[in-house]
Amino acid sequence: MNRLTYPFCATLLGLCLWQALVWVTDAPHFILPAPWRVAKAAFESRALIAEHAVVTGTEVILGLIIGASLGAITAIQLAAFPRLARLTLPLLVFTQAVPVFALAPILTLWFGYGIGSKIVMAVLIIYFPVTSAFYDGLSRVTPALLDLAKTMGASKTQMMLRIKIPSALPSLASGLKLAAVYAPIGAVIGEWVGASRGLGYLMLLANGRAKIDLMFATLIVLALLTLLFHKVVSMLANRLTDTSVTS
Amino acid sequence: MIYAPTITLQGRYDVDDHRLFGPIDMSISAGQWTCLLGRSGVGKSTILRLILGLETAGDFIGEIVADDGQPIAKRASYMAQSDLLLPWLNLHENVVIGSRLRGAEPDFDQANALIDRVGLSDHIKKKPGALSGGMRQRAALARTLMENRPIVLLDEPFSALDAGTRADMQDLAAELLAGRTVLLVTHDPAEACRLGHQITLLSEDGANAWDLPNTMPIRQPDDPEMLRSQASLLAHLRVGA
Repeated sequence: MNRLTYPFCATLLGLCLWQALVWVTDAPHFILPAPWRVAKAAFESRALIAEHAVVTGTEVILGLIIGASLGAITAIQLAAFPRLARLTLPLLVFTQAVPVFALAPILTLWFGYGIGSKIVMAVLIIYFPVTSAFYDGLSRVTPALLDLAKTMGASKTQMMLRIKIPSALPSLASGLKLAAVYAPIGAVIGEWVGASRGLGYLMLLANGRAKIDLMFATLIVLALLTLLFHKVVSMLANRLTDTSVTS
Repeated sequence: MIYAPTITLQGRYDVDDHRLFGPIDMSISAGQWTCLLGRSGVGKSTILRLILGLETAGDFIGEIVADDGQPIAKRASYMAQSDLLLPWLNLHENVVIGSRLRGAEPDFDQANALIDRVGLSDHIKKKPGALSGGMRQRAALARTLMENRPIVLLDEPFSALDAGTRADMQDLAAELLAGRTVLLVTHDPAEACRLGHQITLLSEDGANAWDLPNTMPIRQPDDPEMLRSQASLLAHLRVGA
């Protein structure tokens, strides 16, 4: 059995269940299209889907880069200045109580219909998970390591750079993996609220024109895109935390 | 080498108005090994932390001074039961971490020489995950020596090693730390009797010296006098427990 056997079988099982659902419910194809219709729509509209996928992909990548950077910088500042952390952490948690989805219309108003508002949306949605995961890691460095560093006369900056940050990289990596899955949600919500390009826009458009097969095809591409991001970010994150035996 | 001072510690230590130990009056002799024994929780590691100037949970009322009147913490290095090697750095980088943490350029020649002395030259590029427990503790010893400080505080550094490796590490440490003022916290009467110029027993009431054979460490494991001393020390610890 090779390592692709299980994912392949799982996909096949999913398709069978989907087809079975179509048969059992006898739903018309504009309500629930069969897998083969969706495949056909995907193939026929491949250029259209690809064009919109590039837009959404760009939004997600830029959102990930900006959101992860801001989150990482915030976490380091919070860890370096405990008073700042005590002051701002409750505020940060409070901002998370505001549903980010509800902000989408305001963001569109402020940042326009272009990709700007979608990037901001993605940034907002991943900023907290990244900050929180990394800050957690930075606060949980083995105390004995810090004691040892103190006895060696370590400066605060060096202690942060050489001990705290490397120790916390696995936590940052889990934050980033979550971010890779969340970021497309942000971008697509942004596109739903107001856009002229992107997979979210294409889904609404297809839905409005009762091209449910195209909508499903777009949805699947979006899911595949998200899986791809997760895979790439996981690979990068694993390289970040590589403690393999030689260097 | 730089002057290795005698350290005297006088005072008592309270945690939340509850006396942990003391008043005690103990001295750690210049250029010798002092082994500190006592039951768990009596405050042996606290004494190390106090000498190192690290935070502790309670209050020490008293003084810790060196016979030359100079500050102690900056002249002391520390080695713990856990090797505390950084898993993302190779052995070489781990040994020079002290210089890096002070923002200074490490002396790689000296590091290589020390790694050679602890017998790890063939493993210089390996990360801690690829080394055995004994090798990691030898690497930690090289890192401690790299700091080249006259006072060395050891907190059960050999306790997690198997018997053979432990005896090897004791020999190596005794050889390489000769001439420094060493305080070794240990639970093991055999280790204390092998390595110590002095043994101090710490209890709630104070710190008392334990008589050792009239020979110089490092004592051979089959030295009859050492074995007798070790046996009576063990008996004493059991009565006290």
